[in-house]
Amino acid sequence: MSERTESLRAIDDGDAFEAVADKTMSRRERYRRLFDRWVLAPGRIIRGDVRARIGASILLLYALVGLFGPRLYTEPEVNQGPRSITPLSEGLTHPLGTDNLGRDILAQIIHATPSMLQMIVAGGLFVTVLGVTVGTTAGFSGGRTDRVLSLLTDIVMTIPGLPLIVILAALLEPQDPVVTGLVLTINVWAGLAREIRSQVLSISRHSYVEASQAMGLSTPTIIVKDILPNIMPYVLITFVNAARQVIFASIGLYFLGVLPYDSVVNWGVMIDQAVSGGAMHVMSLAHWLIAPLAAITLLSFGLILFSQGTDRMFNPRVRARHSSTTDTADEPADETTTTTGGGIR
Amino acid sequence: MQQYYLERTLQAVITVVSVMTLAFFLLRLMPGNPADAYRAELIQNNPQLSQADIDHRVEQKLNVLPDAPLHEQYINYVAGLLQGDLGESINEGVPVSEIISEALPWTIFTMSLALLLSFAIGISFGAIMAYKEGSYFDNGLSVLSIFCNSIPNYIVGILSIWFLGYQLELFPTGGRYSTEMEPTVGLLEPIQTLAFLGDALWHASLLILSYTVVAAGGWALRMRGNSIQVLGEEYLRVARLRGLSERRIATRYVGRNAVLPLYTALLIAIGFALGGSVILEQVFTYPGVGYYMIEGLEARDYPLMMGVFLVMTVAVVLGVYIADLTYGLIDPRAQTRGGDHR
Repeated sequence: MSERTESLRAIDDGDAFEAVADKTMSRRERYRRLFDRWVLAPGRIIRGDVRARIGASILLLYALVGLFGPRLYTEPEVNQGPRSITPLSEGLTHPLGTDNLGRDILAQIIHATPSMLQMIVAGGLFVTVLGVTVGTTAGFSGGRTDRVLSLLTDIVMTIPGLPLIVILAALLEPQDPVVTGLVLTINVWAGLAREIRSQVLSISRHSYVEASQAMGLSTPTIIVKDILPNIMPYVLITFVNAARQVIFASIGLYFLGVLPYDSVVNWGVMIDQAVSGGAMHVMSLAHWLIAPLAAITLLSFGLILFSQGTDRMFNPRVRARHSSTTDTADEPADETTTTTGGGIR
Repeated sequence: MQQYYLERTLQAVITVVSVMTLAFFLLRLMPGNPADAYRAELIQNNPQLSQADIDHRVEQKLNVLPDAPLHEQYINYVAGLLQGDLGESINEGVPVSEIISEALPWTIFTMSLALLLSFAIGISFGAIMAYKEGSYFDNGLSVLSIFCNSIPNYIVGILSIWFLGYQLELFPTGGRYSTEMEPTVGLLEPIQTLAFLGDALWHASLLILSYTVVAAGGWALRMRGNSIQVLGEEYLRVARLRGLSERRIATRYVGRNAVLPLYTALLIAIGFALGGSVILEQVFTYPGVGYYMIEGLEARDYPLMMGVFLVMTVAVVLGVYIADLTYGLIDPRAQTRGGDHR
């Protein structure tokens, strides 16, 4: 944004011929602009929006727990405390109580967080990279390439995700969180690719893209400079959707025992053990079941709030509307962040 | 227009064939190559069987000719699938199609009820929220919808089994119907039929509830967004100036235009509800198709697992196909654009 307004000002001042290309900017200047655009402006928007603020705080909390929690809090071990004690019953030694083997519940929650975050990041990056690549390639090249890629996208979109993931999980038996993340999001990229393709098709008719083409800029440069900023909202929403699919599917498949595990690596494993340990029948074991359920719900809730709030970050039209109205509550709910099944597509 | 129908039909066929191809290769790649494993088992248990007999049996079970070259195996497999031959369940010893056709009605029963219920609740609340945009009612319900939509439906399932099933003992915690109930559906025995349907519904109610709570939140948010968009249109002002009643405007103008775009989403959701049943039915030990998929996986009964996957995929392809073909009939606006409504 700032680059464009600056060059406009140069024209206003009447010395358009002295307007210089971006290339001659000093390195420091360029870094400062990058910082403004990618750190300062988003930060301001997050601070100004209630939903984004709550969502970002929740995500930050999980990130901190994932990064530092396992180093600060003891590992879950059998018989590290008395068996099946309720939360806070022994002061703060076992704040969330223990399970039927005497393992600390909070320790299980904390030590399952890093692998969950790794899965989310791996799945999100995989979906983003593949979706953006396929979408822009299809949109830009047209012709036969476009037809083949679109057909492929449509096929992947039609295959029901969860059954395919179940089969792939049985086939690959992934242990590594990164591989698991890729398997769990195997079908999500297609939605992003289709969205981006149609965006590219409509954007590439805009005059500024034609101008860039006339100037002889290379296609990758045009994609990065002119197209990507326009499709960032879709990328972000898809990233959140991919993250939610990773959470939903991983918990579900660990709970069912489809994904292999040898220790408590996931909240789904905790739910599985709590259910088979009788937490549903004995009220004094309730904390064993509630703790992982709460961890999952809070993370998912935080992701949705964050994506709804940050929609404004990349969308200049929404941003303009946002700055003109002070009441954020009448913002129409973002259609694309909601899934039809509340689950895995 | 005609070309559009042709293209869509061709695409549906290509999708089904490529999924079958995928299934063929996935089946071969499964750990411990099921064909070889089953063959070894046969040779061990029946030493008197000839090579041809064993091959024949393997073919019957898995739809795969173990010794034939790859392309022949492939053609044989796909040809079998196209004739409705999904192979034979390794553990149950009956054709997979038999197990699926017995389980499918139960999944369709629960999922269609859940889908329609969530859709009805979602669009009613979504429309009211849009009309009262910005009020406490709207804000509260929006947050509630987002919250409901952010919980996985099987977690709602676990919670509902826990409280309503085990703690309060209001609902059964699994199964299709009570053991003492005789499954009767017929016009000649109306009382027994009603009792049986009621019992089946009672057993399915928690499953339906868990799907509905989550999905209704999603529908409400989408309907709210659509309605708000329609409420800002100029033709509503014209309608009011014409002196049409508010009721007529709300149903004919706002409701209709806001619901129509959701029609495609609803038909697509059918397929994904089927897919989602994989976890949900396991939570409720409800023997529908999704339940048998996981059973097949745990017992290494790959023909059963793959059969469920193929049936679900075909269901989704059909749903999307029907949605695409019929949308033009429902929404006249799409016709002029050649059905390109996405």
